[in-house]
Amino acid sequence: MESTTSQKEKLLTVFITFFKIGLFTFGGGYAMIPLIEYETVERHHWIESKDILDIFAIAEATPGVIAINTATFVGYRVAGFWGSLMATLGVVIPSFTIISLIALFFEEFQSLEWVGYAFKGVRAGVIVLILGAVVKMGKKGEYTPLTVLILILAFGLASFTDINVIYLLLGGAVTGLFYQLWLNRKISNGKKTGEDK
Amino acid sequence: MYLDLFITFFKIGLFTIGGGYAMIPLIQQEVVAHGWLTLLELTDFIAVAESTPGPFAVNIATFVGMEMGGLPGALVTTAAVVLPSFIIILFIAKAFTNFQQNKWVQGALYGMRPVVIGLIASAVVLLMSTGFIGEGVKIHSVGDFFASLQYLEIIIFIIGSFVYFRFKLHPIKLILISAGLGMLFFGVLPMFY
Repeated sequence: MESTTSQKEKLLTVFITFFKIGLFTFGGGYAMIPLIEYETVERHHWIESKDILDIFAIAEATPGVIAINTATFVGYRVAGFWGSLMATLGVVIPSFTIISLIALFFEEFQSLEWVGYAFKGVRAGVIVLILGAVVKMGKKGEYTPLTVLILILAFGLASFTDINVIYLLLGGAVTGLFYQLWLNRKISNGKKTGEDK
Repeated sequence: MYLDLFITFFKIGLFTIGGGYAMIPLIQQEVVAHGWLTLLELTDFIAVAESTPGPFAVNIATFVGMEMGGLPGALVTTAAVVLPSFIIILFIAKAFTNFQQNKWVQGALYGMRPVVIGLIASAVVLLMSTGFIGEGVKIHSVGDFFASLQYLEIIIFIIGSFVYFRFKLHPIKLILISAGLGMLFFGVLPMFY
Protein backbone atom coordinates (compact mmCIF):
# COMPACT_ATOMS: atom_id res chain seq x y z
CA MET A 1 0.00 0.00 0.00
CA GLU A 2 2.73 2.37 1.02
CA SER A 3 4.77 1.61 -2.06
CA THR A 4 1.84 2.39 -4.40
CA THR A 5 1.34 5.74 -2.70
CA SER A 6 5.00 6.61 -3.02
CA GLN A 7 4.96 5.43 -6.66
CA LYS A 8 1.98 7.74 -7.30
CA GLU A 9 3.74 10.60 -5.58
CA LYS A 10 6.85 9.93 -7.62
CA LEU A 11 4.85 9.97 -10.87
CA LEU A 12 3.22 13.24 -9.86
CA THR A 13 6.63 14.74 -9.06
CA VAL A 14 7.95 13.55 -12.44
CA PHE A 15 4.96 15.18 -14.17
CA ILE A 16 5.32 18.49 -12.31
CA THR A 17 9.09 18.57 -12.87
CA PHE A 18 8.79 18.07 -16.62
CA PHE A 19 5.86 20.47 -16.82
CA LYS A 20 8.17 23.11 -15.36
CA ILE A 21 10.92 22.12 -17.78
CA GLY A 22 8.51 22.38 -20.71
CA LEU A 23 7.19 25.73 -19.53
CA PHE A 24 10.58 27.39 -19.09
CA THR A 25 12.50 26.04 -22.06
CA PHE A 26 12.94 28.76 -24.65
CA GLY A 27 14.98 28.40 -27.79
CA GLY A 28 15.16 24.71 -28.53
CA GLY A 29 16.71 21.50 -27.28
CA TYR A 30 19.98 22.85 -25.87
CA ALA A 31 18.16 25.31 -23.63
CA MET A 32 16.49 22.33 -21.96
CA ILE A 33 19.76 20.67 -20.96
CA PRO A 34 20.60 22.95 -17.99
CA LEU A 35 17.05 22.67 -16.61
CA ILE A 36 16.94 18.87 -16.92
CA GLU A 37 20.40 18.58 -15.37
CA TYR A 38 19.43 20.80 -12.44
CA GLU A 39 16.08 19.13 -11.72
CA THR A 40 16.99 15.46 -12.22
CA VAL A 41 20.58 15.35 -10.98
CA GLU A 42 21.04 18.12 -8.43
CA ARG A 43 17.55 18.53 -7.04
CA HIS A 44 15.82 15.15 -7.12
CA HIS A 45 18.90 12.89 -7.43
CA TRP A 46 17.01 10.66 -9.87
CA ILE A 47 19.95 10.35 -12.23
CA GLU A 48 23.61 10.11 -11.31
CA SER A 49 25.71 12.92 -12.70
CA LYS A 50 27.92 10.48 -14.61
CA ASP A 51 24.87 9.04 -16.42
CA ILE A 52 23.20 12.28 -17.54
CA LEU A 53 25.73 12.94 -20.31
CA ASP A 54 25.10 9.43 -21.70
CA ILE A 55 21.35 10.08 -21.71
CA PHE A 56 21.84 13.35 -23.62
CA ALA A 57 24.16 11.59 -26.08
CA ILE A 58 21.64 8.82 -26.79
CA ALA A 59 18.67 11.22 -26.93
CA GLU A 60 20.45 13.35 -29.52
CA ALA A 61 21.61 10.46 -31.65
CA THR A 62 18.14 8.84 -31.77
CA PRO A 63 15.51 9.87 -34.35
CA GLY A 64 12.79 12.08 -32.95
CA VAL A 65 12.35 15.37 -31.15
CA ILE A 66 15.33 15.68 -28.78
CA ALA A 67 13.31 17.23 -25.96
CA ILE A 68 10.80 14.37 -26.10
CA ASN A 69 13.57 11.79 -26.39
CA THR A 70 15.24 13.15 -23.27
CA ALA A 71 12.00 13.41 -21.30
CA THR A 72 10.95 9.87 -22.20
CA PHE A 73 14.41 8.48 -21.37
CA VAL A 74 14.73 10.25 -18.01
CA GLY A 75 11.10 9.41 -17.10
CA TYR A 76 11.76 5.75 -17.84
CA ARG A 77 14.91 5.79 -15.72
CA VAL A 78 13.01 7.29 -12.80
CA ALA A 79 9.77 5.31 -12.82
CA GLY A 80 9.54 2.89 -15.77
CA PHE A 81 6.85 3.13 -18.45
CA TRP A 82 4.48 5.35 -16.45
CA GLY A 83 7.38 7.61 -15.58
CA SER A 84 8.19 8.06 -19.27
CA LEU A 85 4.52 8.78 -20.05
CA MET A 86 4.24 11.38 -17.26
CA ALA A 87 7.52 13.06 -18.26
CA THR A 88 6.48 13.25 -21.92
CA LEU A 89 3.01 14.60 -21.13
CA GLY A 90 4.53 17.06 -18.69
CA VAL A 91 6.96 18.46 -21.23
CA VAL A 92 4.35 18.68 -24.04
CA ILE A 93 1.31 20.12 -22.23
CA PRO A 94 2.70 23.65 -21.60
CA SER A 95 3.63 24.24 -25.24
CA PHE A 96 0.42 22.58 -26.44
CA THR A 97 -1.71 24.89 -24.32
CA ILE A 98 0.24 28.05 -25.10
CA ILE A 99 0.41 27.42 -28.86
CA SER A 100 -3.30 26.55 -29.01
CA LEU A 101 -4.08 29.93 -27.45
CA ILE A 102 -1.62 31.72 -29.73
CA ALA A 103 -3.15 30.08 -32.81
CA LEU A 104 -6.49 31.61 -31.82
CA PHE A 105 -5.01 35.07 -31.30
CA PHE A 106 -2.02 34.97 -33.66
CA GLU A 107 -2.19 38.55 -34.94
CA GLU A 108 -2.71 39.99 -31.46
CA PHE A 109 0.19 37.97 -30.06
CA GLN A 110 2.58 39.21 -32.72
CA SER A 111 1.87 42.79 -31.76
CA LEU A 112 2.48 42.41 -28.02
CA GLU A 113 5.49 44.71 -27.69
CA TRP A 114 6.23 43.90 -24.07
CA VAL A 115 6.33 40.18 -24.75
CA GLY A 116 8.96 40.95 -27.36
CA TYR A 117 11.04 42.99 -24.88
CA ALA A 118 10.86 40.25 -22.26
CA PHE A 119 12.02 37.65 -24.77
CA LYS A 120 14.95 39.73 -25.92
CA GLY A 121 16.09 39.50 -22.31
CA VAL A 122 15.26 35.80 -22.04
CA ARG A 123 17.36 35.03 -25.12
CA ALA A 124 20.39 36.59 -23.41
CA GLY A 125 19.57 34.69 -20.20
CA VAL A 126 19.35 31.35 -22.03
CA ILE A 127 22.95 31.81 -23.23
CA VAL A 128 24.01 32.09 -19.58
CA LEU A 129 22.15 28.86 -18.76
CA ILE A 130 23.73 26.90 -21.59
CA LEU A 131 27.16 28.26 -20.69
CA GLY A 132 26.52 26.98 -17.17
CA ALA A 133 25.67 23.54 -18.58
CA VAL A 134 28.96 23.49 -20.54
CA VAL A 135 30.87 24.29 -17.34
CA LYS A 136 29.04 21.65 -15.28
CA MET A 137 29.27 18.87 -17.87
CA GLY A 138 32.79 19.87 -18.78
CA LYS A 139 33.91 19.38 -15.18
CA LYS A 140 32.62 15.81 -15.24
CA GLY A 141 34.26 14.93 -18.55
CA GLU A 142 37.01 12.35 -18.83
CA TYR A 143 39.98 14.01 -20.53
CA THR A 144 42.45 12.05 -22.59
CA PRO A 145 44.20 13.30 -25.74
CA LEU A 146 41.57 11.41 -27.79
CA THR A 147 38.50 12.83 -26.05
CA VAL A 148 39.94 16.36 -26.09
CA LEU A 149 40.56 16.04 -29.84
CA ILE A 150 36.98 14.79 -30.40
CA LEU A 151 35.60 17.63 -28.28
CA ILE A 152 37.52 20.29 -30.20
CA LEU A 153 36.60 18.80 -33.58
CA ALA A 154 32.89 18.53 -32.66
CA PHE A 155 32.88 22.08 -31.31
CA GLY A 156 34.62 23.51 -34.37
CA LEU A 157 32.52 21.66 -36.94
CA ALA A 158 29.23 22.42 -35.17
CA SER A 159 30.11 26.10 -34.74
CA PHE A 160 31.54 26.91 -38.15
CA THR A 161 29.88 24.51 -40.61
CA ASP A 162 26.28 23.47 -41.36
CA ILE A 163 26.97 19.80 -40.72
CA ASN A 164 24.06 17.87 -39.18
CA VAL A 165 25.00 17.02 -35.60
CA ILE A 166 23.99 13.40 -36.13
CA TYR A 167 27.17 12.86 -38.20
CA LEU A 168 29.27 14.27 -35.38
CA LEU A 169 27.64 11.93 -32.87
CA LEU A 170 28.04 8.95 -35.20
CA GLY A 171 31.66 9.92 -35.82
CA GLY A 172 32.24 10.04 -32.07
CA ALA A 173 30.59 6.64 -31.59
CA VAL A 174 32.63 5.01 -34.37
CA THR A 175 35.87 6.51 -33.03
CA GLY A 176 34.99 5.23 -29.55
CA LEU A 177 34.30 1.74 -30.92
CA PHE A 178 37.64 1.62 -32.79
CA TYR A 179 39.39 2.77 -29.65
CA GLN A 180 37.71 -0.07 -27.73
CA LEU A 181 38.71 -2.54 -30.47
CA TRP A 182 42.30 -1.32 -30.22
CA LEU A 183 42.26 -1.69 -26.42
CA ASN A 184 40.97 -5.29 -26.81
CA ARG A 185 43.72 -6.12 -29.29
CA LYS A 186 46.32 -4.70 -26.97
CA ILE A 187 45.00 -6.71 -24.05
CA SER A 188 44.83 -9.99 -26.02
CA ASN A 189 48.31 -9.39 -27.53
CA GLY A 190 49.60 -8.70 -24.05
CA LYS A 191 48.13 -12.02 -22.90
CA LYS A 192 49.75 -13.90 -25.83
CA THR A 193 53.20 -12.51 -25.15
CA GLY A 194 52.63 -13.34 -21.53
CA GLU A 195 51.85 -16.98 -22.47
CA ASP A 196 54.87 -17.21 -24.82
CA LYS A 197 57.16 -16.40 -21.96
CA MET B 1 -7.67 15.10 -43.43
CA TYR B 2 -6.93 14.03 -39.85
CA LEU B 3 -5.21 10.92 -41.18
CA ASP B 4 -3.13 13.05 -43.54
CA LEU B 5 -2.19 15.38 -40.67
CA PHE B 6 -1.29 12.41 -38.47
CA ILE B 7 0.89 10.70 -41.10
CA THR B 8 2.70 13.91 -42.03
CA PHE B 9 3.58 14.86 -38.47
CA PHE B 10 4.47 11.29 -37.56
CA LYS B 11 6.94 11.44 -40.46
CA ILE B 12 8.31 14.77 -39.24
CA GLY B 13 8.74 13.34 -35.74
CA LEU B 14 10.43 10.23 -37.07
CA PHE B 15 12.85 11.84 -39.49
CA THR B 16 13.95 14.61 -37.20
CA ILE B 17 17.49 13.52 -36.44
CA GLY B 18 19.97 15.75 -34.74
CA GLY B 19 17.20 18.14 -33.79
CA GLY B 20 17.19 21.89 -33.56
CA TYR B 21 16.87 23.78 -36.77
CA ALA B 22 18.03 20.84 -38.89
CA MET B 23 14.40 19.86 -39.35
CA ILE B 24 13.01 23.20 -40.50
CA PRO B 25 13.57 22.36 -44.20
CA LEU B 26 11.64 19.09 -43.76
CA ILE B 27 8.78 20.83 -41.95
CA GLN B 28 8.74 23.58 -44.56
CA GLN B 29 8.59 21.07 -47.41
CA GLU B 30 5.73 19.07 -45.89
CA VAL B 31 3.61 21.90 -44.49
CA VAL B 32 3.93 24.18 -47.50
CA ALA B 33 3.47 21.37 -50.05
CA HIS B 34 0.21 20.36 -48.36
CA GLY B 35 -0.92 23.98 -48.51
CA TRP B 36 -1.42 24.06 -44.75
CA LEU B 37 0.67 27.20 -44.31
CA THR B 38 2.25 29.62 -46.77
CA LEU B 39 5.99 30.16 -46.59
CA LEU B 40 5.38 33.62 -45.11
CA GLU B 41 3.06 32.26 -42.39
CA LEU B 42 5.65 29.63 -41.55
CA THR B 43 8.43 32.24 -41.26
CA ASP B 44 6.21 34.36 -39.00
CA PHE B 45 5.48 31.35 -36.87
CA ILE B 46 9.16 30.43 -36.51
CA ALA B 47 9.70 33.92 -35.08
CA VAL B 48 6.81 33.42 -32.65
CA ALA B 49 8.02 29.95 -31.66
CA GLU B 50 11.32 31.47 -30.59
CA SER B 51 9.49 33.41 -27.92
CA THR B 52 7.23 30.62 -26.70
CA PRO B 53 8.39 27.76 -24.51
CA GLY B 54 8.69 24.16 -25.54
CA PRO B 55 10.25 22.10 -28.33
CA PHE B 56 9.90 23.68 -31.77
CA ALA B 57 8.58 20.49 -33.41
CA VAL B 58 5.75 20.30 -30.87
CA ASN B 59 4.99 24.01 -31.28
CA ILE B 60 4.70 23.85 -35.07
CA ALA B 61 2.65 20.63 -34.90
CA THR B 62 0.17 22.13 -32.45
CA PHE B 63 -0.05 25.34 -34.49
CA VAL B 64 -0.74 23.64 -37.83
CA GLY B 65 -3.22 21.26 -36.18
CA MET B 66 -5.10 24.17 -34.60
CA GLU B 67 -5.21 26.12 -37.88
CA MET B 68 -6.43 23.11 -39.85
CA GLY B 69 -8.79 21.33 -37.48
CA GLY B 70 -9.15 23.22 -34.23
CA LEU B 71 -8.49 21.47 -30.95
CA PRO B 72 -9.03 17.91 -32.31
CA GLY B 73 -6.62 18.70 -35.13
CA ALA B 74 -4.04 19.99 -32.65
CA LEU B 75 -4.35 16.85 -30.53
CA VAL B 76 -3.83 14.65 -33.60
CA THR B 77 -0.75 16.51 -34.88
CA THR B 78 0.87 16.85 -31.45
CA ALA B 79 0.37 13.17 -30.63
CA ALA B 80 1.73 12.27 -34.08
CA VAL B 81 4.94 14.27 -33.70
CA VAL B 82 5.59 12.93 -30.18
CA LEU B 83 4.83 9.23 -30.75
CA PRO B 84 7.92 8.19 -32.79
CA SER B 85 10.25 9.60 -30.10
CA PHE B 86 8.25 8.06 -27.31
CA ILE B 87 8.12 4.58 -28.83
CA ILE B 88 11.74 4.43 -30.00
CA ILE B 89 13.19 5.79 -26.75
CA LEU B 90 11.06 3.41 -24.69
CA PHE B 91 12.79 0.48 -26.38
CA ILE B 92 16.22 2.09 -26.18
CA ALA B 93 15.83 3.04 -22.51
CA LYS B 94 14.87 -0.55 -21.70
CA ALA B 95 17.80 -1.98 -23.67
CA PHE B 96 20.24 0.60 -22.30
CA THR B 97 19.46 -0.39 -18.72
CA ASN B 98 20.55 -3.93 -19.63
CA PHE B 99 23.50 -3.11 -21.87
CA GLN B 100 24.88 -0.01 -20.17
CA GLN B 101 27.91 -1.86 -18.81
CA ASN B 102 28.63 -3.65 -22.10
CA LYS B 103 32.12 -2.66 -23.19
CA TRP B 104 31.04 -1.85 -26.78
CA VAL B 105 28.25 0.40 -25.55
CA GLN B 106 30.75 2.03 -23.21
CA GLY B 107 33.21 2.31 -26.09
CA ALA B 108 30.70 4.15 -28.30
CA LEU B 109 29.70 6.43 -25.42
CA TYR B 110 33.36 7.16 -24.71
CA GLY B 111 33.51 8.80 -28.12
CA MET B 112 30.06 10.41 -27.95
CA ARG B 113 30.38 12.18 -24.57
CA PRO B 114 32.99 14.71 -25.76
CA VAL B 115 30.85 15.34 -28.88
CA VAL B 116 27.89 16.28 -26.68
CA ILE B 117 30.02 18.69 -24.63
CA GLY B 118 31.38 20.19 -27.87
CA LEU B 119 27.84 20.56 -29.25
CA ILE B 120 26.55 22.33 -26.16
CA ALA B 121 29.57 24.65 -26.25
CA SER B 122 28.91 25.41 -29.92
CA ALA B 123 25.30 26.28 -29.04
CA VAL B 124 26.70 29.04 -26.81
CA VAL B 125 28.81 30.41 -29.68
CA LEU B 126 25.95 30.27 -32.18
CA LEU B 127 23.48 31.93 -29.81
CA MET B 128 26.04 34.64 -29.00
CA SER B 129 26.73 35.34 -32.65
CA THR B 130 23.03 35.69 -33.48
CA GLY B 131 22.10 37.44 -30.22
CA PHE B 132 24.96 39.87 -29.73
CA ILE B 133 25.67 40.96 -33.31
CA GLY B 134 23.05 42.97 -35.18
CA GLU B 135 21.09 41.17 -37.88
CA GLY B 136 22.04 41.64 -41.52
CA VAL B 137 25.03 43.84 -40.73
CA LYS B 138 28.01 43.53 -43.06
CA ILE B 139 31.20 43.69 -41.06
CA HIS B 140 34.23 45.06 -42.95
CA SER B 141 36.27 46.52 -40.13
CA VAL B 142 36.77 46.43 -36.38
CA GLY B 143 34.72 49.63 -36.20
CA ASP B 144 31.76 47.95 -37.98
CA PHE B 145 31.99 45.10 -35.52
CA PHE B 146 31.75 47.31 -32.46
CA ALA B 147 29.00 49.38 -34.06
CA SER B 148 26.94 46.25 -34.72
CA LEU B 149 27.16 44.90 -31.18
CA GLN B 150 23.88 44.70 -29.28
CA TYR B 151 25.14 46.26 -26.06
CA LEU B 152 21.91 45.90 -24.07
CA GLU B 153 21.77 42.14 -24.74
CA ILE B 154 25.44 41.85 -23.76
CA ILE B 155 24.78 43.75 -20.51
CA ILE B 156 21.88 41.41 -19.69
CA PHE B 157 24.17 38.46 -20.39
CA ILE B 158 26.85 39.84 -18.05
CA ILE B 159 24.39 40.64 -15.23
CA GLY B 160 22.76 37.22 -15.73
CA SER B 161 26.12 35.41 -15.64
CA PHE B 162 27.09 37.24 -12.47
CA VAL B 163 23.93 36.46 -10.49
CA TYR B 164 23.60 32.92 -11.87
CA PHE B 165 27.15 31.78 -11.12
CA ARG B 166 27.68 33.87 -7.99
CA PHE B 167 24.42 32.94 -6.25
CA LYS B 168 23.86 29.53 -7.88
CA LEU B 169 20.32 30.52 -8.91
CA HIS B 170 17.68 28.07 -10.04
CA PRO B 171 17.59 28.22 -13.88
CA ILE B 172 13.93 29.30 -13.84
CA LYS B 173 14.75 32.27 -11.60
CA LEU B 174 17.43 33.35 -14.06
CA ILE B 175 14.89 33.19 -16.93
CA LEU B 176 12.44 35.34 -14.98
CA ILE B 177 15.17 37.85 -14.06
CA SER B 178 16.36 38.14 -17.65
CA ALA B 179 12.75 38.63 -18.84
CA GLY B 180 12.46 41.47 -16.31
CA LEU B 181 15.75 43.00 -17.47
CA GLY B 182 14.56 42.75 -21.09
CA MET B 183 11.39 44.73 -20.28
CA LEU B 184 13.42 47.25 -18.29
CA PHE B 185 16.12 47.81 -20.94
CA PHE B 186 13.99 47.65 -24.08
CA GLY B 187 10.67 48.94 -22.76
CA VAL B 188 11.16 51.24 -19.76
CA LEU B 189 14.57 52.84 -20.51
CA PRO B 190 13.67 54.13 -24.02
CA MET B 191 10.88 56.16 -22.40
CA PHE B 192 13.53 58.35 -20.73
CA TYR B 193 15.81 59.16 -23.63
